[in-house]
Amino acid sequence: MKAYAYFPGCSLEKMALSYHQSALECARRLDLEFQELDDWNCCGTTAYFAIDQLLSYTLSARNLALAEKKKLDMVTPCAGCYKNAYFTNVTLKRDADLAEHINEALKEDDLHYAGTNQVYHLLEVFCNDVGVQEIKKRVTQSLNSLRVAPYYGCQIVRPRKDHEEVENPRYFEDLIAATGATPVEYQLKMRCCGGSLLITSRKAAFSMARNLLQNAMDNGAAVIATACPMCQVNLECYQQQINQEFGARFSVPILYFTQLLGLALGASPKELGFGSELVSASAVLAQIRNKETSTTQSPYIRHATS
Amino acid sequence: MDTRPTFYQEITNMMYATHGDPISTCIQCGTCSGTCPVVEFMDHTPRDLIGMIRADLKDEVLASNTYWYCASCFHCNVRCPAHIDIADLMYTLKRYSIWKNQYPEGLIGPTFAETFVKMILSGGRSYEPVLAPAYIFNYGLQGFLNEALTATGLLLKGRIPVLPPRIKRLDNFRRMVGHIIPASNLVGEAK
Ligand code: SF4
Ligand code: SF4
Ligand code: SF4
Ligand code: SF4
Repeated sequence: MKAYAYFPGCSLEKMALSYHQSALECARRLDLEFQELDDWNCCGTTAYFAIDQLLSYTLSARNLALAEKKKLDMVTPCAGCYKNAYFTNVTLKRDADLAEHINEALKEDDLHYAGTNQVYHLLEVFCNDVGVQEIKKRVTQSLNSLRVAPYYGCQIVRPRKDHEEVENPRYFEDLIAATGATPVEYQLKMRCCGGSLLITSRKAAFSMARNLLQNAMDNGAAVIATACPMCQVNLECYQQQINQEFGARFSVPILYFTQLLGLALGASPKELGFGSELVSASAVLAQIRNKETSTTQSPYIRHATS
Repeated sequence: MDTRPTFYQEITNMMYATHGDPISTCIQCGTCSGTCPVVEFMDHTPRDLIGMIRADLKDEVLASNTYWYCASCFHCNVRCPAHIDIADLMYTLKRYSIWKNQYPEGLIGPTFAETFVKMILSGGRSYEPVLAPAYIFNYGLQGFLNEALTATGLLLKGRIPVLPPRIKRLDNFRRMVGHIIPASNLVGEAK
């Protein structure tokens, strides 16, 4: 059983509780041990950097040090936390002066960070460490060709870390296909949803989220799968306001990829935190349950092609 | 002899200090502007902004909304042929304009960022309801009502915490932050 230090991030405590529950449920069913970091702190989202980058590194460094103390690599389900932690790790390794400065501050909590551990996003742990082939073997309940649009968003793929593919990665699609669902191909899968602009410049954020929802729908998505609590909230909770603003009629369920993966691994909707959606997912659950369904067409598709 | 650095030098120096690439290698190809998902809302495209900085047009740059509209999506970064960290440039400009206390009226960015810092100092974790007052009134009555409705939906689904979360070793945490920013006034207010 491989063990990881699990850093849930603030959103997962309440706003994205279903992500927390389903992430742990999937990990358990894939024989991974996720040990939640003891007394972790908020890592500081992008809004932080505007004020103080040093503070942002320090906040992430404290969490990294907590994980290092357990001699474990860190995994986080939040794309924002992931990006912050990943680049804090890289930067502190590269800049000894900065590391010394921050370690001076960490002393206040009897901590020290030497940079001996790695940082992963949840998606990477499932796709790379466990592997899509292995997951496929463990699927007990096929998702029945459900049309799932994988939404990568920004911070899992960008900035580029090494020489990896950043224009058209495929691992999220492969993971969805492993569950028996059909990954939807659409152009905006890595386009920004508006993110923090939702708070600072709502008009821009709404138009970006609208484009994304439209693009996924036009390509026949029955549900959008996200791998970040912020992407989920932006796309789900503001759908009604987006409808008002643009006279649209979106009603697309936005689920965490772990909720879909969990179903495929045999978990019950309850174990995966279903029921707290603002856009109902009952049509999705119905299609998965109904093995006889022959139609793989999205109910949201507007123009039938044949 | 005047040894004051120019605006262009100030910005490049700030980027050097935080490991960013300077903007001197920009070939003004416009790939960033063509990639940016928010460009239609910006008064200057990312490429133009870089041109303006290099021309030392400080007042114009400080009056621009471009970097406040930047969503930090890093799409321009991965496509820039000169490998410029454009998102970092946008952060740098936000920081610079906050230091100089010069940013366009009506932009919520700076207040929001400040509220965020205070919130984290008070409990060590994020708490959504605290963030709301920082921006909610900028949307007028309709915006306020919409926001309240969204929040109510989330409340009914049990997705908004009733009490702000707090970490256990909060005193250590605050002292740690105190090493990094001389924020005694912020820490005081937060309590
Ligand atoms: S990304 Fe946000 S919510 Fe997640 S831990 Fe960091 S600050 Fe808190
Ligand atoms: S897609 Fe949106 S929420 Fe997700 S990382 Fe990008 S800006 Fe943030
Ligand atoms: S893409 Fe890079 S080189 Fe081209 S204009 Fe933008 S910053 Fe300059
Ligand atoms: S990082 Fe900012 S400037 Fe660059 S593409 Fe994204 S929003 Fe535009």
